[in-house]
Amino acid sequence: MQQKTTNHKAWFLVLPVLVLVAFSAVIPLMTVVNYSVQDTFGNNQFFWAGLEWFQEMLSDERMWNALQRQLMFSGIILAIEIPLGIFVALNMPKSGFWSSFCLVVMSLPLLIPWNVVGTIWQIFGRVDIGLLGHTLEALGIDYNYTQDTISAWITIIVMDVWHWTSLVALLAFAGLKSIPDAYYQAARIDQANRWKVFRFIELPKMMGVLMIAILLRFMDSFMIYTEPFVVTGGGPGNATTLLSIDLVKMALGQFDLGPAAAFSLMYFLVILLISWVFYTVMVNLDKKGM
Amino acid sequence: MARITLDNLAHSYNPTPSSQDDYALKELNYDWEDGEAYALLGSSGCGKSTLLNIISGLLMPSQGRILFDGKDVTRAPTAERNIAQVFQFPVVYDTMTVHDNLAFPLRNRGRDETYVAERVQEIAKMIGMEDMLRKKARGLGADAKQKISLGRGMVRKDVNALLFDEPLTVIDPHMKWELRTQLKKLHHDFGHTMIYVTHDQTEALTFADKVVVMYDGRVVQIGTPEELFERPAHTFVGYFIGSPGMNVIPAKVEGTKAYINGSEIALGAGYAPVDGKVEIGVRPEFARLSESEGLPVKVRRVEDAGRHKIIRAEFFGQDINIIAGEDDPVRADMTRVTFDPARVNVYANDWRVAPQGGEAA
Repeated sequence: MQQKTTNHKAWFLVLPVLVLVAFSAVIPLMTVVNYSVQDTFGNNQFFWAGLEWFQEMLSDERMWNALQRQLMFSGIILAIEIPLGIFVALNMPKSGFWSSFCLVVMSLPLLIPWNVVGTIWQIFGRVDIGLLGHTLEALGIDYNYTQDTISAWITIIVMDVWHWTSLVALLAFAGLKSIPDAYYQAARIDQANRWKVFRFIELPKMMGVLMIAILLRFMDSFMIYTEPFVVTGGGPGNATTLLSIDLVKMALGQFDLGPAAAFSLMYFLVILLISWVFYTVMVNLDKKGM
Repeated sequence: MARITLDNLAHSYNPTPSSQDDYALKELNYDWEDGEAYALLGSSGCGKSTLLNIISGLLMPSQGRILFDGKDVTRAPTAERNIAQVFQFPVVYDTMTVHDNLAFPLRNRGRDETYVAERVQEIAKMIGMEDMLRKKARGLGADAKQKISLGRGMVRKDVNALLFDEPLTVIDPHMKWELRTQLKKLHHDFGHTMIYVTHDQTEALTFADKVVVMYDGRVVQIGTPEELFERPAHTFVGYFIGSPGMNVIPAKVEGTKAYINGSEIALGAGYAPVDGKVEIGVRPEFARLSESEGLPVKVRRVEDAGRHKIIRAEFFGQDINIIAGEDDPVRADMTRVTFDPARVNVYANDWRVAPQGGEAA
């Protein structure tokens, strides 16, 4: 006789997880979906709006501008942090006291809370009392992040590089450390120069961790809020208003819940899409044996 | 190809060595003849990799000189020595194709592309990878990768020596035979000086013309497989080579007789009085079980290894192994063991003592 192998009571075992996920992710997300398709008035009055907010946001230059700034920000910090992180990792002592020392010192920025990082740089860059701002002014360089767009951008980019290059460097260092000595010895025997050692041994061996570093840094920078908000508050004007700053302004400043909800959903989808594309490319490269 | 001379060579990883024990490689003088195949045999940590790395220039010796064809290369970097080395784990450039991997050492030396292409074809044929040249090295198995490293070593025609650092460790047993046979053939065809480091006696004995046995940072014997088997210069050689290794039994030696716990044993030759810790060594192959003569032993176990039987016996707490032929009788009343007198070696403080009147032929 056939034994019954399915037991629907087993579903109860996954119930706690489902409840947890529901309360931590699904229900809040659905609230946002709910807001995005309705117009909200006081007294909790809701009117069906359909896809109106989405259409409005898509045709709104404000979101496109914020997206453009956001992509530029993420692009620039990736272009700086990845090569710089690799460079730092390549030049770190490989073992001994100084290696541990470097690791600890480099981990420090990663441990500082984000709004503290913002505050540090906000004060550091001030022209009246900040070490950086004041010094630059004394040198006759025109630097004022509260009024000048370029200064503001340079400040938030340098701040992000200061805060996060360590992460890339630590990951790259871990990748480098895992390369057996025999590879370097073989390269010496094959008379490979320094560049070829990097290009054909170190870089391929680091590829895995670098991909993770790029993905992490991209996602984090794409969602960045606290640090630029503390330093520039999105200014001067809208010059450093990145996506999340714009979103908070819209949702909590102007209390435009409908458009802000539509905005968040699209923001979420963009991150999801880019991460997915990235992941797929990564996995395929691995499979093809690059 | 070159003749490699080691002159008073020694190495310590400790920058200020205070005693002999600090030396990973103790003082050594030797000539590696041009075109011979050598095996460096020893257990882990005996200094064989240290010696290999000194020859390849990856390590600078703390004392002594190393010469290639009479030219001092002690301080020369690896690249200048023009040697090739195959490592324990296959080292290939993952992102390159098999072809580019093989071409790499030539291209780095600025050889022109037509020569490179021609040479790569020859090598690919030699290692049997002609149909894989376009493949990326990354997806290949360990044995294919090891063949590539081997090919990369052979691609330069003018290498002074080919060094192997336990190259077959990660290879499947059936591939081991194939690769080893291929290596032997390559050596036969091209006559490179080859130095092969291993801790596997079968590998060493089948591959090499001469086997260099190392123990505790010291070369204890250099000889043909036959010499190592018949006249181990050190008890370690006797114990390390052979399966099971040589029986080493504490004894008292007087002239042509040895005494073990009062039992007399005939020796093949006469010996002058010897001092220190005296032992006799007999390979299990030259020991025989008997009913009436020899040392009284307790037979503990008989292992049938197919072609022969290994008898594990005990004599006053001392293990004695005996190898008997497949058809030799092993009976309960055979409780004595005899040794072939001509095959008994005498050791003083672990080193072999030559008999009086020279070696027996």
